Amino acid sequence: MDGADHNGMLVDNVSMVFTLPGGGSVHALNNVSMNLASGELMSVLGPSGCGKTTLLNIIAGFLAPTAGGVFLNGHQVTGPAAERGMVFQQGALFEWLDVRKNISFGPRMMGKPRKETNEKVEHLLNIVGLGDFGDKPVYQLSGGMQQRVALARCLANDPDVILMDEPLGALDALTREKMQGLVLKLWKETGKTIVLITHSVEEALFLGERLIVMAPRPGRIHREYRLPFAEQGLTMSPRDIKASAEFVDKREEILSMIWEMEEEIMGRADA
Amino acid sequence: MTDTPNGAGPESRLVVAEQKQPSALMMWLGLADNSFTRQKTVKFGDPTAVNSGRLYSFITVILLLLLWWVTTSNGWVKPIYWPSYEAVGNRLTKLWEQGFRNVPLWDHVYISVQRVLTGVFFGAIIGIPLGFAMGLSSVARGLFDPIVEFMRPIPPLALIPLIILWLGIDETAKITLLFLAALFIMIIAARSGVSGVKISKVHAAYSLGASKFQVLKNVILPNALPEIFTGIRTAMGVCWGTVVAAELVAAEKGVGSMIMIAKNFLQTDTVVIGIIIIGIIGYTIEMLMRLLERWLIPWRGKG
Repeated sequence: MDGADHNGMLVDNVSMVFTLPGGGSVHALNNVSMNLASGELMSVLGPSGCGKTTLLNIIAGFLAPTAGGVFLNGHQVTGPAAERGMVFQQGALFEWLDVRKNISFGPRMMGKPRKETNEKVEHLLNIVGLGDFGDKPVYQLSGGMQQRVALARCLANDPDVILMDEPLGALDALTREKMQGLVLKLWKETGKTIVLITHSVEEALFLGERLIVMAPRPGRIHREYRLPFAEQGLTMSPRDIKASAEFVDKREEILSMIWEMEEEIMGRADA
Repeated sequence: MTDTPNGAGPESRLVVAEQKQPSALMMWLGLADNSFTRQKTVKFGDPTAVNSGRLYSFITVILLLLLWWVTTSNGWVKPIYWPSYEAVGNRLTKLWEQGFRNVPLWDHVYISVQRVLTGVFFGAIIGIPLGFAMGLSSVARGLFDPIVEFMRPIPPLALIPLIILWLGIDETAKITLLFLAALFIMIIAARSGVSGVKISKVHAAYSLGASKFQVLKNVILPNALPEIFTGIRTAMGVCWGTVVAAELVAAEKGVGSMIMIAKNFLQTDTVVIGIIIIGIIGYTIEMLMRLLERWLIPWRGKG
């Protein structure tokens, strides 16, 4: 497959090998392929060291893969671009700008008309629930609110794909649940294609229409699931979904899968 | 028993023991801790439990002034080693009215401050772009690294002989010395400001469609401002010390030259007044810079 004439995102046989200064090499990714239709939400889960952040950095265009390629709507990804927005874990906001200026950063850089940008920013402020905080410096906001700004900043550019690298990872459990609801809502309202990297099995299950579990050394796709929970989340309460037997079964299945991988790594390290 | 939410029932009302609160004056003087510290049981090793101890500062100052008074008024110390209050007062009036060597006192201060500001200005104008280049390009880093790393540990005063040989003792020589003193401080500050950027901020900007130049202007530069400001503050302090020393060597005007010439005439009172002025101005510069910093870069340390 060469990715031409493809609508959506295609990760085509991506491998990544880092050569170490000492002479050895790290096989971070081995023949990873995935195919996302436009508007799909896919979560990526795996033990630490499975290459999921490397994969996201390749899709974002920050790293060039050793082999294979990433294609978006038929053209190959060669570097970062506004078509692929990114939401980082934390600390990627511009602390010298207020909330409004952070959100309008993308449109301002690309020289979009000011009036249109201002309207868009006000709209996004309301969507993420920060209507009264536009003039605040970002460092005065709580962690959850900062991530709302990060989401709005990304959406202000109207990207085709949103890449999320543990966006809720640094939040406390309650804020995290609330933010998961917001991510679902934004996904539904904007119809964006989203790739979400997370450490949390629950979050991956709850948000991902599709879920990829990766295995380490070399980083590769271990299992893939199609999940109903994200769809349910648009109508049902998140607590009900997370307490449902189906959800709990899946959670335990994946947890023990990852647990085994971690054990295997530990065993190898001990040997 | 009914299930009462915490704080709602009468039996859960907070009982505050009758405690004697120390007065605000006692706390200001540092004789009593504030209410947070008072309730700490671990105080030794907790830096926030150390209060201002202001009363003891007053005691130190008063003791020193008393010592001055006692030793000079009884003639225990000869005026040539340390002047009396009276001599200092008279000299100050005279300096204020007639100036020192036909130059008003204010002009001596003004020219020293002006030299410092000029030196720091040129040091910053040239040093900041150089530091940026070194932080952003391997070529620039390689080119300038040997010079910067070699010059960094050399005290500016060690350069005075060379500067006198090359440029003489006029104004250009002094400004050049101060420029060099500020330059390497500014290069290093700007370079470390650039290197300290979080890569996620740079990535975020590129993903939002920013060009290289826009990343430089809108991310790298503002991100480096706190470090640059620290650099300017340090440069100001170093240059103030350097200008006084440079004036000691050769100058007609300036507070440094004032105390040096006064020494030659055994005017110890003028020397002491000059030293006090130097201290006050150095302190004022530092305080003004801190104020400016809080006003210009409120986000410092909040990334």
